Amino acid sequence: MAVLVVAAHDNKSVRANVANAVAAATKLDSDVHVLVAGKDCGEAARSAAALQGVTKVLHVEDAAYANWLAEDIAPLVVKLAPNYSHVVMAADSVGKNVAPRVAALLDVGQVSEAIQIVSPDTFVRPIYAGNAMATVQSGDKVKVLTIRPTNFKAVGTGGSAPIEQIGGEGGKGLSSYVGAELSKSERPELTSAKIVVSGGRGMGSGENFKIIEALADKLGAGVGASRAAVDAGYVPNDYQVGQTGKVVAPDLYIAVGISGAIQHLAGMKDSKTIVAINKDEEAPIFQVADYGIVGDLFQIVPELTAAVGKK
Amino acid sequence: MKVLVAVKRVIDYNVKIRVKADNTGVETANVKMSMNPFDEIAVEEAIRMKEKGAATEIIAFSAGPAQCQETIRTALAMGADRGILVQTDAELQPLAVAKLLKAVVDKEQPGLVIVGKQAIDDDSNATGQMLAALLGWSQGTFANKLNVADGSIEVKREVDGGLENIKLKMPAVITTDLRLNEPRYASLPNIMKAKKKPIETLAPDALGVDVAPRLKVLKVEEPPKRKAGIKVKTVAELVDKLKNEAGVI
Repeated sequence: MAVLVVAAHDNKSVRANVANAVAAATKLDSDVHVLVAGKDCGEAARSAAALQGVTKVLHVEDAAYANWLAEDIAPLVVKLAPNYSHVVMAADSVGKNVAPRVAALLDVGQVSEAIQIVSPDTFVRPIYAGNAMATVQSGDKVKVLTIRPTNFKAVGTGGSAPIEQIGGEGGKGLSSYVGAELSKSERPELTSAKIVVSGGRGMGSGENFKIIEALADKLGAGVGASRAAVDAGYVPNDYQVGQTGKVVAPDLYIAVGISGAIQHLAGMKDSKTIVAINKDEEAPIFQVADYGIVGDLFQIVPELTAAVGKK
Repeated sequence: MKVLVAVKRVIDYNVKIRVKADNTGVETANVKMSMNPFDEIAVEEAIRMKEKGAATEIIAFSAGPAQCQETIRTALAMGADRGILVQTDAELQPLAVAKLLKAVVDKEQPGLVIVGKQAIDDDSNATGQMLAALLGWSQGTFANKLNVADGSIEVKREVDGGLENIKLKMPAVITTDLRLNEPRYASLPNIMKAKKKPIETLAPDALGVDVAPRLKVLKVEEPPKRKAGIKVKTVAELVDKLKNEAGVI
């Protein structure tokens, strides 16, 4: 049976992590369909059709799906689900909101944040903030899973799957979208950036994050933060890297003034190379860092910013 | 309006997790247990609603072994009015907890259910959404701010790109994110008072709920360890390593 990937999108294209979800889906079955639902999302449907491994795109135009309200999207997925062995979503704020609602309506369990597919019914997922790895087997008729995008290498583009128009289910009227306060940034998005520079409580203030941003801009990096820095109000919530924030796995992760609490490590320890800058040489972050520098971040970071610019 | 909050008993967030030698799970014997931190935020939010006059009664729900009474007592000491424990020694997964919650909601008819967005043990992030689905209610997940207004509730949500505002028809299920509030500590007089507050104990069978797990845990293992690297003395040395050894810049 085919696998259904439910894609979040911005009408112009599907989110980058849909390519990771498709990669996971291709490990389950060779027949992979992608659902793109929304209003005026034809372009996004075409971007899904171009992903390698996709065999069909289901395109739904319905104003009810314009803002991705779980109450409205879930019944659509539930209607389609009996034709599929699995429903797969990326474990981002859309997938985490929608997939469990789908699972409960289907009366099945959910496999949350799978990091490995052992077989079509067996998955590995992190528990206890990544301090243990559970291998779980699902006996449910339709398997609903969210996948951790950083653990599945994104498929490429160049495909040309057929796009089928299907009808929507309309809205339930339970919830309505009011608006968004999105952080505006020219920098690469955290979860897909090749380099991430993150600041922690050691930054001391939001103002001091400027030196992090200067380094990030020099490197073309995304900017992240520890929970402590977000809780202290230095930076907005969407900067948070960790168990309950974003999980990142860039080629280079630079942790500045971050002690390395377990819940932060859960969000970045799969990075290829980790650099830690901290004045406390006993900080746990040094236990996972490939390269550490002990010292005053207010000296080291500007020095590093100057140094990486030189050829 | 009645508000129902769900509280889970989990290994305390400060405890270092140890995987059992036989790979059947993690060590829970002689380990400090506490209320799931996200559920503390749920309890706090309900208490603030009551203090503002938006809520009239707060019911603290838990499901699990008899010791979950302690977790409910903590909620009562913070300010909840009474408790309901669905007592079972069976392994409970999110769908089962959502079904137990639904059975209690059908009985109690609260106007709002507030739960933590995830438990720090299984990290599923599913129970609230599942409960909303089973009830056919609206859901406000990852709440950063709530405003109850005349039959509806405005929810500011923490999402990937920042914050999102939605409006939900009541009754609704809310799941809490970290910035919703800072939970209070229970005062000693309130801890004493909480001992007299009632806790009703029910069995899953009495609620007509089959709690059999849907996911079979085949094994639980240690994660692969990352080796500590080296300390460098200077920025120049760091840049050299990043360029020539790691090849990442």
